[in-house]
Amino acid sequence: MPIGVDEWVAQHGDRHDAGTGWRRAAARLDRRVGWWPRLALALLVGLIFGQLASNVNVETVAVNSLIYAILALGLNIAVGWTGLLDLGYVAFFGFGAYGYAIFSSHALGTGGVGGAPLPSIESIPIVLVAAGTFGAAIGMMSLRVSGDYLAIVTLFVGQAFVEFVNNVDPGTLGGVNGLYGLNPIHGFGGQIITPIGYYYFALIVCAVLMGLLHMLDNSRTGRAWKAVREDELAAEAMTIPTGAVKVMAISFGAVVGALAGTIFAAQQDNVFPTNFTANILILIYACLVLGGAGSIAGAVLGGIVVTAGEQMVSSPTDAGYLFYGLIVLALVLKVRPWRMLGAVIAATIALGVVLHAIVGAISSSAVAGSPGSGGWIGSLVSHWVIVPSKAVGYGNVLYILMICMVFALIHVRERYRLALLVPTIYVAACCWESRLIVNPSITAQILIGAILIATMAARPQGLLGSMRVEVV
Amino acid sequence: MTDAGPAPGGAAAGGASAQPLLELCGLGIHFGGLRALSGLDLSVADREIVSIIGPNGAGKTTVFNAITGVYRPSEGQIRLAGDSIGGQPPHRITRRGIARTFQSLRLFLNMTVRENVITATYGATKATPVESMLRLPRARREQREVEAVAEEVLSFFGERLAGYRWDQPAYSLSYANRRRLEIARALATRPRLLLLDEPAAGMNPNETHEVTELIGRLREELALAILVIEHDMHVVEGISDRVVALDHGVKITEGAFHEVANHPAVIEAYLGKDPEALAEA
Repeated sequence: MPIGVDEWVAQHGDRHDAGTGWRRAAARLDRRVGWWPRLALALLVGLIFGQLASNVNVETVAVNSLIYAILALGLNIAVGWTGLLDLGYVAFFGFGAYGYAIFSSHALGTGGVGGAPLPSIESIPIVLVAAGTFGAAIGMMSLRVSGDYLAIVTLFVGQAFVEFVNNVDPGTLGGVNGLYGLNPIHGFGGQIITPIGYYYFALIVCAVLMGLLHMLDNSRTGRAWKAVREDELAAEAMTIPTGAVKVMAISFGAVVGALAGTIFAAQQDNVFPTNFTANILILIYACLVLGGAGSIAGAVLGGIVVTAGEQMVSSPTDAGYLFYGLIVLALVLKVRPWRMLGAVIAATIALGVVLHAIVGAISSSAVAGSPGSGGWIGSLVSHWVIVPSKAVGYGNVLYILMICMVFALIHVRERYRLALLVPTIYVAACCWESRLIVNPSITAQILIGAILIATMAARPQGLLGSMRVEVV
Repeated sequence: MTDAGPAPGGAAAGGASAQPLLELCGLGIHFGGLRALSGLDLSVADREIVSIIGPNGAGKTTVFNAITGVYRPSEGQIRLAGDSIGGQPPHRITRRGIARTFQSLRLFLNMTVRENVITATYGATKATPVESMLRLPRARREQREVEAVAEEVLSFFGERLAGYRWDQPAYSLSYANRRRLEIARALATRPRLLLLDEPAAGMNPNETHEVTELIGRLREELALAILVIEHDMHVVEGISDRVVALDHGVKITEGAFHEVANHPAVIEAYLGKDPEALAEA
């Protein structure tokens, strides 16, 4: 029997799976394993990480990663699924944190409301319900304005929240000094006081939330949200009350954001208005966009990658791993065939060694500085990169040069690209060692921006997002 | 399917029997000073197929938008089985039994074929988000039900929208299949009246012929009343019990296909005045 086109297309999946090799095997496994074994595996990895985590610093970063993961999960509801550009989201985070702070500190007493702090098992549900209501009120705006206009209006909500806690009733809300001395999360006769305790708490909250959101994603509500994103008029014509559905999306997102806020406030032991500025909003968006809007696993991965990446930059050793690791990763992914990859790496090393020797012979002060990286990376590159004794001005020039070279790299023809790649990497490394690593907080922003640009160019749908078709 | 109500003796008789399923009385839609529609009377009986024809800009799609609640009527009445539905939001009107397709396809492109159809069952299901999140009994039962609805509705299109396509994203479908999916999605709302906006637009002669057959089957097998906007006169001739011709938002004439097609006002609307007649005037 001749095989018609339809049968041929229908068998595509089987043919795809039938092959050998580790890639096909991975693809087969990927198709067969359901969502909950994956979630269980991720939880297991998280628990093992918790066991291995050795110092408070790592544990705190891990808690923060999970808080951002939860925040990204909440943002995903309105932005990734429903397609509403909600720029007031950080207000929900702040609402949860301040809500927890008020109920779990003596602010409640001083504000004239009276009474002792509530246990967390009472205060957190109260805060979440209040946040849902607050979110619904903000969500009402989506009934009147949409698209860019909604973004502008909600942006003011975020700003208004910061101004509100800054200025209204400093006796209760603490003004610029914030609220401090909060009770830790407690209930059922126990309390969580260590970072590792908060890590496990946030891990379980995050895993449960992922499960619940997965269920919601595949329910009538989740489908209605995505239908509104795809085509609001068609959704309305297909029995979906789009207004109510949009309000619900923002409200649900508010609850998740507030949940992250309560954990944040409890583990940090205090809240300040500056914890909830537009910078944080941008960071949450970066998590979601990097991980892949619309994807639950992507939101969590994005939260972890962005937060962990930001923290790694502030330690000279870890920053080196991150910087050189990313360069090697990008080379391995993009440069083919293998001997070309080898040639590029060898040429880069040779260029550095030769230049270092030449410059060192001309002027010893030009190579007198030590690289910013610590540990073995620092000693390894000390005879490779050129770091003069006065590194700052030199580094600034290199930074501009690096950007120009990257631009050139993007625009030159294919055959010159490999040749230009070698000096670009070398200039970037010199710039990194002499200048960027000296200001970790600024470098973290630059690096996250660079990672975002690179990811968006290579995978516009984000790390785990699925390709979306807009117009046909 | 849905309760067909008192079926008229002959479908071709034209909404004369008892109460029409859909009735427009003196419907007008005004945008500021622009009268997109005025004084339109139109009725569709149970199991009747009525076509609306007219040149571009005549107001055909405006009629659909008014019936489905996208536009609020400026004047006049819209009644479904005797109940006034004018001014209700579209999702309510669809729940009462009027489903539509769109002239410029409006599928949920990044959802699968199956999801597209299941999405249209939103109004027929009741599980709250909390029930869905915890997979409580009602949510599970409704999920099974709507998946059965999706299979039933998609099976209506047989080989053309065959099973392996159901889990592919809608954007991967061919143009003709997108039109089929739009109809499938509309059917999933369990309508009594189906509004098809140019179902044969952009199709080849073979596919156009299939559309004609499909519309007939929709009436025979699903007992639907159908209101069609169509430019392809072969389709209109093949399916219509009655044809309504519009121009400049006003009904010019109404009746059987051949009466309408040969009506001088219709020819004038499409082709302009006869030059000889103009010269005499």
